[in-house]
Amino acid sequence: MRLARRLWRTYGAYALGFASLFAFWQLASLYLVSSVLFPPPTVVFAKGLLLARNGVLLEHLAASLKRILAGFVAGSLLGVPIGLAMGSFRPVRKLLEPYTEFLRFIPSVAMITVAVIWFGIGEASKVFLIVYTTIFIVILNTAAGVSAIAPNKIRAAESLGATRGQIFVHVALPATVPYILTGMRLAMANSFTTIVAAELIAANDGLGKMLWDGRLFMLVDEIFVSLVTLGLLGFATDRLFRWSIYTFAGKYSPAT
Amino acid sequence: MPLVSFRDVQKTYRSLQGADYPALEHFSLDIEVGEFFCLLGPSGCGKTTVLKMLAGFEHPTAGQILMEGRPVAGASRDRGVVFQGDDSLYGWLTAVENVEFGLRMRRVPKAERSERAMRYLELVGLRGQEQKYPAELSGGMKQRIQIARVLANEPKMLLMDEPFAALDAQTRTLMQAELASIWQAARTTVLFITHDIDEAVTLGRRIGVMRAGPCSQVKGVVDVSLDGARSRTDDTFLRYYKLVYEMIRDEVAKSLSRAD
Repeated sequence: MRLARRLWRTYGAYALGFASLFAFWQLASLYLVSSVLFPPPTVVFAKGLLLARNGVLLEHLAASLKRILAGFVAGSLLGVPIGLAMGSFRPVRKLLEPYTEFLRFIPSVAMITVAVIWFGIGEASKVFLIVYTTIFIVILNTAAGVSAIAPNKIRAAESLGATRGQIFVHVALPATVPYILTGMRLAMANSFTTIVAAELIAANDGLGKMLWDGRLFMLVDEIFVSLVTLGLLGFATDRLFRWSIYTFAGKYSPAT
Repeated sequence: MPLVSFRDVQKTYRSLQGADYPALEHFSLDIEVGEFFCLLGPSGCGKTTVLKMLAGFEHPTAGQILMEGRPVAGASRDRGVVFQGDDSLYGWLTAVENVEFGLRMRRVPKAERSERAMRYLELVGLRGQEQKYPAELSGGMKQRIQIARVLANEPKMLLMDEPFAALDAQTRTLMQAELASIWQAARTTVLFITHDIDEAVTLGRRIGVMRAGPCSQVKGVVDVSLDGARSRTDDTFLRYYKLVYEMIRDEVAKSLSRAD
């Protein structure tokens, strides 16, 4: 009983919010628009269930998720050390800033054409695009995190006898964790945009391809299944990030 | 030979507008081995600048700072620093891990360093709190971690930059008494920066009174010959308080009129 009450207090408003979203949608599509071009959630969920059962939905979902994950992990693994180095060492920042400041203004969606020309329509071009989307945000946030470290943290380490390398590993890196996670969270959101755009243009599977096929064959409910899946997937991964940021934020904070 | 000597030190800061501000000029001071030296001065007189230069965080514009006869070049574990605020603590490490930090950087074996860290945590009265993170501890406890962290590293000298200024009055009095007894036991050389006359007379064996800036110097040094535990109601204590107060009164007035 107490558990139920606690669950209600934590997730009650959430559940209510989601329920109202779908309720409004249902009402709007039945009474306001009432068109085949705007199916109600009941129809969409029924279709989603069907597509989940016969494996089509999971196949597309897995394809998109695999690309996002591969590119996102690679982009973060590259971005974190580059950002740390740029934030810590002025010459490195001077040297690399032209790259980051130039490339980050070219949207990854604009790079789709180049990616397809270079890497074809297979996995490589998608992973390249997600890496491209991820890396600059992670670099910028990580570097910003390094410069937000309280100078006294560095000074204390120096007068306790730490070398520059030790300060980098034992002070700069842990103090920057919340910034790194925030950068990754933003990058993840962008990855969703990029992967859908890339799959719309050139792919054999994935949620973006599902959208495209839906348009091509006028399968409006399939379009909506893809949209809802994207929304839920994004929501879930973002919650995961927020949760990990909260868990770390208590201990890992650059200022205090 | 004094442990530390400032010889004709000058420190000039340049503002963003390009104007030069001479914080210290012809600043000279000797600190002897094993003494508790309080540097007292009105706000903005450059006392923290003195500490930062001795710590090696900043460099003098002219003049020399010698430690054991050698010029100070950058921070070193010879001079442990206790900062005013709590932003020098590592929030991702527990109290005991913070205290072990210097030893870990020197690759002292784990068993030895945790034994030493626990000893100093006990000394500063933090036994039982060792597994807590700084965010879970009060302001006074966080300053205790800083003190233990510096002591565990066994520096030749302690530099303390108004370490109790941010604490409430009761905690501050308590911390002063504890620091006094820690110093009685350890007899490490201390340079203690403060703007509080009461604190200086309570803790200092010698008190250096600084002039108001710019071009600040040591106006005079008072030898405090009070032994053991000092009482604020003691006649001798009050006499020293009065002596120091007279010295600093004009300087405070000057620094206030310049600030207007």
